Amino acid sequence: MKVTATDSAVNISPVPDTWQRRHLLGLEELSRDDILTILHTAVELKAATGGCKEKLSLLQGKTIANMFFENSTRTRNSFSLAARRLGADTVEFSAGSSSLSKGETLIDTAKTIEAMNVDAMVVRHSTPGSPHLLSQNVNCSILNAGDGPHEHPTQGMLDIMTIYEQRGTLAGLTVAMVGDITYSRTARSNIWGLKKLGAHVIVCGPATLVSKAWEDFGVEVSHSLDDIIPRCDVLNLLRIQFERQYTRPFPSVREYAFLYGMNRKRMEQAKDDILIMAPGPINRGVEITPDVADGPHSVILHQVTNGIAVRMAALYLTTSTNQQPA
Amino acid sequence: MPSILIRNGRIIDPSQSLDEVADLLIEDGIIRAIGTELGTADHEIDATSQIVSPGLVDVHVQLREPGFEEDETIESGTAAAIQGGFTSIACLPNTSPTTDTQAQVQFIQQKASQADNCHVFVIACVSKNREGQELAEMGILTQAGAVAFTDAPNPLQKTDLFRRALEYSRMFDVPILDHPEIPELSQSGIMHSGAVSMVLGLSGIHPDSEELATGRDLRLAETIGARLHLMDISTEGSVELIRRAKGRGVHVTSEVCIANLYLTDEVMRSFDSNYKVNPPLRSQTHIDACVAGLQDGTIDVITSGHAPRASEKKMTELDRAPFGMSQIEITLGLAITNLVVPGHLDFPTLISKISTNPAQALKLEKGTLAIGAAADITIIDPQASWQVDSSTFASRSTNTPFDGLTLTGRATTVIVDGIVKLQR
Repeated sequence: MKVTATDSAVNISPVPDTWQRRHLLGLEELSRDDILTILHTAVELKAATGGCKEKLSLLQGKTIANMFFENSTRTRNSFSLAARRLGADTVEFSAGSSSLSKGETLIDTAKTIEAMNVDAMVVRHSTPGSPHLLSQNVNCSILNAGDGPHEHPTQGMLDIMTIYEQRGTLAGLTVAMVGDITYSRTARSNIWGLKKLGAHVIVCGPATLVSKAWEDFGVEVSHSLDDIIPRCDVLNLLRIQFERQYTRPFPSVREYAFLYGMNRKRMEQAKDDILIMAPGPINRGVEITPDVADGPHSVILHQVTNGIAVRMAALYLTTSTNQQPA
Repeated sequence: MPSILIRNGRIIDPSQSLDEVADLLIEDGIIRAIGTELGTADHEIDATSQIVSPGLVDVHVQLREPGFEEDETIESGTAAAIQGGFTSIACLPNTSPTTDTQAQVQFIQQKASQADNCHVFVIACVSKNREGQELAEMGILTQAGAVAFTDAPNPLQKTDLFRRALEYSRMFDVPILDHPEIPELSQSGIMHSGAVSMVLGLSGIHPDSEELATGRDLRLAETIGARLHLMDISTEGSVELIRRAKGRGVHVTSEVCIANLYLTDEVMRSFDSNYKVNPPLRSQTHIDACVAGLQDGTIDVITSGHAPRASEKKMTELDRAPFGMSQIEITLGLAITNLVVPGHLDFPTLISKISTNPAQALKLEKGTLAIGAAADITIIDPQASWQVDSSTFASRSTNTPFDGLTLTGRATTVIVDGIVKLQR
């Protein structure tokens, strides 16, 4: 038996039989149906909570551990709020204040937290595959909140949800991810999710940060923002991940902003209904100028709200599957 | 010492181009005769439908003692070698302290002799403390019994030091072994740089890192005229560079690790750190080039690349996990299954790559069934079907991704100096 909504006051659809996932590790491995399930659940939960403001009791009695081995403010708070909006208790764990600094291994740390009767762990780590390693060594659900440059599935889903809210569909849209693709988990999760929902995806940025090999996966590769702007329905402006780069891949921030910064002049070349997105934290004056970030086309703050909706959906769906007998 | 008569086996000895069904007689630890009607012996082994090979030789083994006994000891590593069919191994100097003094060479020799499993040949450091700054005492180390010099698994990064090492080594006629890699092009790398690493967001080790170093090494060997052995070849470009150098008569030998001969970078999608090896598992193009290199003689040697690591070191995040696989017990099975069964190599060629050639690369008097040679012999059942079970490893480390895998071909009898060390 799957756990379904018990709040009599709200109308949340039962978890569909097609959803069989205990973990959410990435969007690459998800089917189109899985992605639509998360999307539709998130839309329902957003509505049922009056725009992610009110509480439900869908996860009452459950405990969610936030395990962040890499700094985060927005994702961490977003997951915490999502858990509490659904009535769950949360445990906060930070690498700095933990036994990891005393030499404990990742797996031992996770097993210790799990022994506190945790139903799901939200894991952020600087190394790709770390949530996958944990998923093989603990029994609770694992939700990947970003593993190095690999995936950030809830970020991908909240970007997709934001576009879906504005346009009603992803199919046929042209979505460009601009900037540091090489080190961006947001880019990867978006690429897989958007492709599965029928969007045309462009990755655009300096040749040192955008690999030609993306073409093998049906993604258009461009190094000129000016060339692609007129065709785009959505521009997702990524942050430069300076902390992951060994040799700086471009000469200066000034040159980067000159080539890839989204500004008023470039907006003139864009479609009238273009959506401007950014996963944040945004660097004003680098990838985006203030007038564009705060302008009428920007849906950046919608993304933040939808983050809570998507994370409520992810926690609800993965822990419902976790209840099934093995 | 009891005499042994091995009956009716397919005797393959690349050192004398021998491939015939016959008997082989061992007396006093020496190969006494090969032929028919050799009489009787104290002990007889029926080798019908099996292969009688010179004892296998592995010149790329990490024994980890002293300093890293949680990974392997000289006793456990040599026991593992016997299980894998190897009668001689050469061990790398990445111990702690490093193998850069007479005393360290003698310590390894003494421990190996106490363990009394297989022969152990010591490869000492090129540089003091394996730091790549100053030459180790190659003359004294050679006299103490070191057969070759390397800083592996680290590359010889400083070209000036490498040049001096090659020049100096000529006086003692000992080979220098290098793991070709330009560290600044591979720093923090976890896997092969390509489409898979791009998708997984894992730092890549680009073929350029190996090929630029290979090119440099070959050039130095050519101008200096020293003996160079290139370890860990894994790319198409390296194979081509070596092929051309050999064509010009450069004195070089080269090796490839068994894992790099059939596993592609696709396996990293599992994020299993047991697949994290250096050189990394690359694409099919590179594998095909390495196999072609074995076929045409560009690559002389197949090694296990045995790199045992304790599970607590491996069961961690991919960037923290060390490189390496515990391989020596399954190398022969992997080679027969992935190279002989699909028809890439025939048995005489395989045996040349894992016995005769590695012995010759390091000038060891091994890898031969010549009359009068020490009786180091491996009998191989080419049809044996068996399952990898790391819980039965003699090695202290079980860092292998192959548990449960079914392999074809296995050593059934291992004889060292006329003494049967393994019979299964």
